[in-house]
Amino acid sequence: MSSNNLPEPSYLEYKGRFKGLFAWIFSTDHKRIGLLYLYSIMTFFIVGAILGLLMKFELIAPGKTIMDAKTYNGIFTLHGITMIFLIVIPGLPAVFGNFFLPILIGAKDVAFPRLNLLSWWIYIFGAVVALSSQFLGDGPPDTGWTFYAPYSFKTTTNMLPAVMGAFILGFSSILTGLNFIVTIHRMRAPGMTWLKMPLFPWTLYGTAWIQLLATPIVGITLLMIVAERTLQIGFFDPALGGDPVLYQHLFWIYSHPAVYIMILPAMGVISEILPTFARKPIFGYKAIVVSTILIAFIGYFVWGHHMFTAGMSGTAQFAFSFLTFLVAIPSAIKVFNWISTLYKGSIQLRTPFYWAASFIFVFMIGGLTGLVLGSVATNVHVHDTAFVVAHFHFIVFGGVGFAFLAALHYWFPKIYGRTFDEGMANTGWVIFFIGFLFLYFPMFILGLKGMPRRYFDYVQDFHGLNIVSSMGAVLMIFGFFLLFINLVRSARFGKPASKNPWGGPTLEWQIASPPTVENFDKIPKITKGPYDFTNVKPD
Amino acid sequence: MSSAVHRDDIGSKIGMWLFIFTELLFFGGLFIVYSVYRFKNPVAFHLAAEELDVMIGTVNTVILLISSMTVAMSITAVQLGERKRAILLLSITVILALVFLVNKYFEWSSKIGHGIYPGSETLIELGTGEVLFFGLYFSMTGLHALHLLIGVTILIVMLAKVINSSVNTGYFVQLENSGLYWHLVDLIWIFLFPLFYLIS
Ligand SMILES: [Cu+2]
Repeated sequence: MSSNNLPEPSYLEYKGRFKGLFAWIFSTDHKRIGLLYLYSIMTFFIVGAILGLLMKFELIAPGKTIMDAKTYNGIFTLHGITMIFLIVIPGLPAVFGNFFLPILIGAKDVAFPRLNLLSWWIYIFGAVVALSSQFLGDGPPDTGWTFYAPYSFKTTTNMLPAVMGAFILGFSSILTGLNFIVTIHRMRAPGMTWLKMPLFPWTLYGTAWIQLLATPIVGITLLMIVAERTLQIGFFDPALGGDPVLYQHLFWIYSHPAVYIMILPAMGVISEILPTFARKPIFGYKAIVVSTILIAFIGYFVWGHHMFTAGMSGTAQFAFSFLTFLVAIPSAIKVFNWISTLYKGSIQLRTPFYWAASFIFVFMIGGLTGLVLGSVATNVHVHDTAFVVAHFHFIVFGGVGFAFLAALHYWFPKIYGRTFDEGMANTGWVIFFIGFLFLYFPMFILGLKGMPRRYFDYVQDFHGLNIVSSMGAVLMIFGFFLLFINLVRSARFGKPASKNPWGGPTLEWQIASPPTVENFDKIPKITKGPYDFTNVKPD
Repeated sequence: MSSAVHRDDIGSKIGMWLFIFTELLFFGGLFIVYSVYRFKNPVAFHLAAEELDVMIGTVNTVILLISSMTVAMSITAVQLGERKRAILLLSITVILALVFLVNKYFEWSSKIGHGIYPGSETLIELGTGEVLFFGLYFSMTGLHALHLLIGVTILIVMLAKVINSSVNTGYFVQLENSGLYWHLVDLIWIFLFPLFYLIS
């Protein structure tokens, strides 16, 4: 509220230079850009989920069920590219980072608002280029999202747009990271020292550095694939003296840290939500900060665990395996901290809490099975099987996806200024959660039994568990449909939300719901730590 | 859409430095490839490097070093309010950059004229070590030339801004950042020059 008693318009109603759609797609307001990303990512997610569902329909029975091998190859490639490059990598930073980073550190916007808008445009451009690979040229790409050499430049399918799209999307990611680093360094409210900063900004900070330092490597590597296809440059072509394994190294130097681009902000979201619903400061704030930095740092040196079977010396196998085990420690520290936060808390069972709690559950399964893949002996046994697919879906879908939906429900009242129907949201969560477990858990067993990944067909022995998995997929999609409809309806018709419906301690709960364009009437002075519940009550 | 214009020169410079890190890592990928293949093909790289003209390489190195100096001097000139001198120094920088590109053009076309370019029959006959050397030569100097082209475009915009005084003693962070970018272009060449021309 401004001093002259007239409420200032919220960021949703604010009238700027442009009208209608243009007021959004040319807005430099970090909150509107956050929502632009939210809507784009949701759209792509629905596409990616349908592709995933089609794969599950194909796998419901051995042999050709609804598509042939070639189509299946195209679909898992597109599913991977969409989910990884368009959804999970930008996901949390671009949507909730954009919307809440400035608010959580007491700023009016990010450091470079126009660059921020440019990042979104680059994102859309990259998405269009990547998806055009489906419609132009000689059929959809069929290499999988990893674009492994030499197949990626030998196949006659339309690889160039897919590779270029991923390259362009990298720029968007780098610019967002750069923007966040400068924002966090330069724009924290007076009194907000580094150790008074909430944990979501901390994890975004770690993420931003990975975006900045790892993405360029994959950028140049993808350009080399382009050069390989168009100019026969020979870097990865054995016939010309090149080494395909070198491609794998360069690719994973980025793509393993990219897993932490995905999961670190998810950990940040969970660290925001749990204190609010336990009504208790986070346990071990400093340990979480330090483990965030450690994950970002060690995560850089473990990429070789993707290549244990690709030809690697025993020493290198040992080193990469050891480092992989090392990086699991800070992740485990976080889990212990979350559990300890709940210990003796006065827990309120609300929708965001359900999501956060189930996040911990699936994240632990994903993390522990990661160690099975991190140790050389077991890795060789389950390499390139459904076990790997189950593991990374527990992490990037169970981890990041659950955290995303946790964040969406947690901050929904702030974003739209409306509450949602919790009954329906909880129903959606239960169905989604159960569907998720039925979908992915059987794949661990299938993998251990030896079912390879990336085939449209399998032997009769694997039929039973595949049926369970496919049914799980249908259930999960149904749960998603419920919660999605609920949120869409509530965004329009929900009851107006108060400033602080959950009783959260951080800065976003001290401003209007939805926030005004400037977020704060007056930039707040920070005197206490982020999770101090004195005088904080839900209203 | 904040109504108050937010200006933070230090923030802008931090942003530029971060961007320069990403550029260095971008080239870093190619430097890794270079070191791997040079380690594997020492003799072929040595022989192939003899095909390159050390003279043009040296001249271009000197040109870039001088241009880095003139762009740095132009920043000082703007800070001191000597607009005319800044315009002169920036123009010299732009001209030097263009001379570099002209040299590069002749260098490349002589190679291509001899049938040495990625995927050519002549090159493949020379052997795999040579294929990799020239593949690296063309992609690294090519990517560098692309950066130089972007850099020179930025410098021309800066020149226009100094001429119409929108970059002036009170506001010159854009010029400083452009200068930083130009030094990056220079720095990368300082690495490329010995790796391709001086190893024979
Ligand atoms: Cu990995």
